[in-house]
Amino acid sequence: MSGLQIVFLIVAVVTLFSGVMVVASRKMMHSALWLILTLLGVAILFATLQAGFFAIVQVLVYIGAISILIIFTLMLTRRVMDDEHPQVIKGWWLPAVMAVILFGLIAGFLATWEDFQVMLNELPADAENLAAFGSALVNPAGYVIPFEVASVLLLAALVGAIYIAVERKEKTR
Amino acid sequence: MIPLSWYLIAAAALFCIGLFGVLSRKNAVSILMSVELMLNAVNINLLAFWHYHTQLQGAGQITPQVFVAMVFIVAAAEVAVGLALIISAYRRRETPVVDEMTLLKG
Repeated sequence: MSGLQIVFLIVAVVTLFSGVMVVASRKMMHSALWLILTLLGVAILFATLQAGFFAIVQVLVYIGAISILIIFTLMLTRRVMDDEHPQVIKGWWLPAVMAVILFGLIAGFLATWEDFQVMLNELPADAENLAAFGSALVNPAGYVIPFEVASVLLLAALVGAIYIAVERKEKTR
Repeated sequence: MIPLSWYLIAAAALFCIGLFGVLSRKNAVSILMSVELMLNAVNINLLAFWHYHTQLQGAGQITPQVFVAMVFIVAAAEVAVGLALIISAYRRRETPVVDEMTLLKG
């Protein structure tokens, strides 16, 4: 077993454990902190796939922005801090059984694929090729339309979020 | 050198953990956090297949990278709108628990 495999196993176990803690921990703030650890583990998995750019973007966007937003929301919604009541619904075993069955189905289905056990070899250093990725995003023959649509979606979502969340004074007639 | 299967199994497990969270948690914020877990599992899968495809066909596989970037953008938009909705609903009902948000009930 090579060193990279040991690193992968450690990171995967930490990621999955903290993922379980995200959905299992009773205090919401702990749950959010476990989420940050999970996202960091996923970033390391990206790095082991030699997708360094997306590992950085994962840290910037998810850990730097999204988890901060989530923590702010947790602090703004007061009742989440109480940890007397259980955080899961009464019949929580049914979703658990469903998740386990789905995992079994996915794993069993993937195991029938002939390339399932293929080794991911080390790619040459220029395999990620960020320059080609960047120019494909603005190339009319490439992905400029999905890229622009996604940009407009993000802008509209942020304007909409501000509009929804802003506290309006009651209308005076 | 890591087998492709390890990534796929880890991503499937992370996706199922997120699915369990979405279906079982009461708090709207923690449902959003579980959705984030599921999106991350999908991204692991996409990048694992990007690596697999690159080692089969050589460098310059752009499509999976564009796909991952789109997932990032959509995740950011979803979190922004979702959290704004939760805060807005919290102002009206003083609760982040989805069972108690019954504004649309007839």
